[in-house]
Amino acid sequence: MSLTAKDKDTVRTFWAKISGREDDVGTDALSRMLRVYPQTKTYFSHWTDLSPGSAPVKKHGKTVIGGVADAVAKIDALSSGLLSLSELHAFTLRVDPANFKILGHCILVVMAMMFPNDFTPEVHVAMDKFLAALALALSEKYR
Amino acid sequence: MVKWSDFERATIQDIFSKIDKDVVGQAALARCLIVYPWTQRYFGSFGNLYNAAAITSNPKVAAHGKVVIGGLEKALQNMDNIKQAYTDLSVLHSEKLQVDPDNFKLLADCLTIVVASNLGISFTPEVQAAFQKFLDVVVAALRKQYY
Repeated sequence: MSLTAKDKDTVRTFWAKISGREDDVGTDALSRMLRVYPQTKTYFSHWTDLSPGSAPVKKHGKTVIGGVADAVAKIDALSSGLLSLSELHAFTLRVDPANFKILGHCILVVMAMMFPNDFTPEVHVAMDKFLAALALALSEKYR
Repeated sequence: MVKWSDFERATIQDIFSKIDKDVVGQAALARCLIVYPWTQRYFGSFGNLYNAAAITSNPKVAAHGKVVIGGLEKALQNMDNIKQAYTDLSVLHSEKLQVDPDNFKLLADCLTIVVASNLGISFTPEVQAAFQKFLDVVVAALRKQYY
């Protein structure tokens, strides 16, 4: 299920459309993940406030979506491009890779909410494949 | 037995009263067939599923989308006993239709995304949590009779 040239174009085009609002996407997706999948809160026990839109959630949402934006730019070589991020997640954060899928789903939900007319089924499949490829690249250094 | 809070009950009822049932079922099923093309294996009799445009305009997909929503409404009317209410549906899916139950989650995810795009900003994290809990229970009930 690797990314075709068409998938990459679709992802880049859609990402350009949402530019300017990525931070909102990141914050909302993270907020949702913590609320809808409470088990993910276990990774953030050091935060004072885990409620949707709180200061730590906003800040981290921005960080996470920044990573996704970086991956869009490196879409032709995700494994090599995300090497250091993979090392971070594998050795320091040690996030169970199953959670990448969960966050990916939340990102798709937010995209559907914020851009209902642009998030067509064709864009949906390309983004879903991209987020799956991103997750795979992030898991690269785990074992 | 599944415990529903007052908020969850009210929220799920509210969602079903707000969505256009003729559209949502079709949109979710079409999305499932497009985003997860292997699910097309169960719809050999539906004719042209060759590309996204064909799937989106396929009348059998539209008709079956309504059937799916009808099934969800049955769960809505039997929220305190979905497992029991779905016994025959579960047997149908496992023995006659022989659907891999992992596919239920894929359709559920597409439903969530379609409802999200319909409701926009009112699809808050709380509302999403309630809706996904409902779909989780429905999927578990559909899996119940598989052996």
